Amino acid sequence: MIFQLFVALFMQPPAGQSEFVPLSQLPESEKLPAAPLLVIAYAVFLVLMVFYVWTVWRRLNKVEADMRTLEQRGMKNAR
Amino acid sequence: MRKAFAPLAVVTGLLFAIAPFVIANAPYEQTMLLIQKIFYFHVPSWVAMYCGLIVAAIASILYLFKGSKAADRYAVSAAELIVVFGLNGLISGPLWARKAWGVWWQWDVKLTSALLLWLMFVAYLLVRKYGGPGSEKLAAVVAIFGAAVSPFVYVSVNIWRTMHPKTSVVPDIIKNPTTGFAGPLLLSMLAFVLLFCLLLMLRVRLAERQDALDELYLAYED
Repeated sequence: MIFQLFVALFMQPPAGQSEFVPLSQLPESEKLPAAPLLVIAYAVFLVLMVFYVWTVWRRLNKVEADMRTLEQRGMKNAR
Repeated sequence: MRKAFAPLAVVTGLLFAIAPFVIANAPYEQTMLLIQKIFYFHVPSWVAMYCGLIVAAIASILYLFKGSKAADRYAVSAAELIVVFGLNGLISGPLWARKAWGVWWQWDVKLTSALLLWLMFVAYLLVRKYGGPGSEKLAAVVAIFGAAVSPFVYVSVNIWRTMHPKTSVVPDIIKNPTTGFAGPLLLSMLAFVLLFCLLLMLRVRLAERQDALDELYLAYED
């Protein structure tokens, strides 16, 4: 009970902002750095290309495997 | 064509290996500074996509009017690459815009029409995959329509008011090599076009093998 009273009295959230104050210049600490965006852009390209080549390679392997299976089945039927 | 694959792969690999160093040494743009360096992968991505559009359109016309199966293989391969390079352009663009414009995306005519063009080729691939027999012809019409619309996407920045830079930026850079932007841009463009050619050859090979497999299935069914 006393603990709940303590929480209610002393652990209140901060008061809401009552007004907005205009500022013409953004502080340096708030400015969005360009480097991470640049690195992400180049990394996305690399990942995209590797992923695409991998999907083509995987599909090509599957087609080749299917062809081998079909040819083997054909040879068995011929016998 | 297959003999050219290995030397082409080596040249492309070398170009992509030296590109980061050339881009890092390129001068900064006065207002956009570091983030402008996305330009060297963003613009070539769209150049590669437009190469895909030309191939897809010519191949689709040949398929529709001559019934060439080989042309159809080129069309579907180019369409897939349009989606891949277009996706790269659509991801790198917002990363650049976030810093340069302060927003990830702007529903202006250039960005929206580029997205719609890309979606048109996503639709092409969906039609090819799930459209059933005869979907090749419908997809070919979609590809021709997409290619016919693409010049309007390119010139839209000159017609309508948009935040996107005008089409004159790239020709101006190439005309004035002393600014230092032309070298890295041309190198990246060449690397992307060669990569497009390589991936097209690889994808066409897959399409050839898929057609051979289909013929084999038909032969066994008979």
